[in-house]
Amino acid sequence: MADWINAFLDTYFSWLIPTAWETPGYVVTALIQVALIIQVPAVGALIFIWMERKISGRIQDRLGPTRVGGSFGWLQTLADGVKLITKEDLTPGKADALLFKLAPYLSFAASFAALLALPFATGWVGQHVNVAVFFILAVLGLEVFGVILAGWASGSKWSLFGGMREAAQVVSYEVPIGLCVIVPVMICGTMDLITIGNMQAGWFTNWLVFHDPFTFCIFWVFFTCATASVNRAPFDLAEAESELVAGFHTEYSGLRWSIFFMAEYGSMFVISALAAILFFGGWNGPLPIFHMLGIAYDAVGEPIRFSGWLANLFGCLNLILKATIGVTVMIWVRWTLPRLRIDQVITTCWKYCVPIGAFMFVGVLFWTANGLPSPNNWFPQRSRGEIREAWVLREDPPTDPRFGEAKMARVNTGER
Amino acid sequence: MLVFAIINWHSVLFLMFAAAACVFALLVLLSDNIVRMAFYLTLALGATAGLFMLAGAHFVGAMQLMIYVGGTLVLLVFGVMLTAQEGFITMKTRGGDWVLAIAVGGSLLSLLIVAALYFPQEENIEQIQTEITAAETHATTPIGLALVGPRVEKLDESNETLRGGMSGYLMPFEIVSVHLLVVLIGAAYLARARRFAPRGGG
Repeated sequence: MADWINAFLDTYFSWLIPTAWETPGYVVTALIQVALIIQVPAVGALIFIWMERKISGRIQDRLGPTRVGGSFGWLQTLADGVKLITKEDLTPGKADALLFKLAPYLSFAASFAALLALPFATGWVGQHVNVAVFFILAVLGLEVFGVILAGWASGSKWSLFGGMREAAQVVSYEVPIGLCVIVPVMICGTMDLITIGNMQAGWFTNWLVFHDPFTFCIFWVFFTCATASVNRAPFDLAEAESELVAGFHTEYSGLRWSIFFMAEYGSMFVISALAAILFFGGWNGPLPIFHMLGIAYDAVGEPIRFSGWLANLFGCLNLILKATIGVTVMIWVRWTLPRLRIDQVITTCWKYCVPIGAFMFVGVLFWTANGLPSPNNWFPQRSRGEIREAWVLREDPPTDPRFGEAKMARVNTGER
Repeated sequence: MLVFAIINWHSVLFLMFAAAACVFALLVLLSDNIVRMAFYLTLALGATAGLFMLAGAHFVGAMQLMIYVGGTLVLLVFGVMLTAQEGFITMKTRGGDWVLAIAVGGSLLSLLIVAALYFPQEENIEQIQTEITAAETHATTPIGLALVGPRVEKLDESNETLRGGMSGYLMPFEIVSVHLLVVLIGAAYLARARRFAPRGGG
């Protein structure tokens, strides 16, 4: 992106900025990335909380917030925020003060750090990590630490129960999530989220969820486990307001309490975006409009200067839209299903999700190894293997020159 | 702007992560609250993961976060939370433990210091770089092969006596696995032992 911005500045602002000066491009790029990352916990959380209140209201045949900021209650979350900031910051006498105060930040830091490796479009990523899938899962798994420590440090039995339930639940659900994530990684042959996203370019039939019946099933397992791992209803046993007062955050008030919720909504967004990239084509829309016009990427998958940037901008909006749909489904599920008991939660994990995940994994392995047909064969727009080859060659050019040239030429001409 | 360009950010970040790792590791030793120890250990291991990331080893860094910070330590904190009630929450390190720990840790530290100080300096850094680049392709393959059997680096060893250990690490690896299995069975037995008490006549 930096190169494109520098070229833009050179063309239109050469009277203001010296041509050879490259810093502005990089600064602007960094600002765009930072804004994208910050909008999730800041703006995103405000909107998601408003959405949650409106949707829950509609599901329960109420109106939800209606007054603050016009008839839709747009500004309700902002008013709530102001209220929370002005609340007194209490620490119970029995609490371990240091851990009690640090726990919300730990939770928030984990959910925020996962965003660093989350690509919003080709090349639009805070830090390009070549094992991004693994990194995001590892970092999101740390969020549980804040919850456990909050539960223990509060010095209250409700909080302790909440923390213990959270620990048991999250440790269990890491297993099926890992099983589900392996499937797209196996099909694409990489853990790089940008490559996985690019490999699903083309018609919606190229999305991995439609790759074969097994991937279609395993997506639902993934979404169930994702809901459980971000501690949302019907798996919100750590909170369980009808049993444990408010679970791990019983003793929290004011801003510290709201930081837990920013972390929760942040990780809901991250896990939905991850689901979108792994199974629903990431930043690629259902119809390859930019590809049909031939203005999005060149043969090796690099964005073309201006039109490619525009395609990426729309791709970014696409991904945010898909992730928002995922968050909406989570909200919908929360207000529709009753909360499970702890034994039911663990049963769902070990007796259903893990065996189903393992079976689907073997199924996908069988399907891929035998080259059985996928719906994309009837809508060929951009084959998966071609992008993969381009990526492998760019990362690790072959040492034998004859082999390399022949293959590189094939990739460059886009020949299948 | 100029200041930002002059600073070597890689070194600054390295120092930050290294300082965090050392300080929290020391705090693990000096604290006597067992839950806080676990918390400091989390931060120290997290900072180590940051060092791996900084060195460009993203996979090792993420692995460190996943296995040690996310897996082992969550279980550790979980266990501590269940067992550490009022009486057991403080843990004092006794004098004998200090001596033992300093003997073991100190010998490892001295080994590492020697390795770090005697690392060949800039004069032949280019040569080292080419050697590393040559060796880097599939660097883990020999280790993986050695685990399941053949030691590929010993195959073309002409000296008969030095060719020993061709069978690789399979035997020790299996012994460790069986040992782990024994430990697991023992743990399960100990955990269940209490329930053998009167089962009653229905």
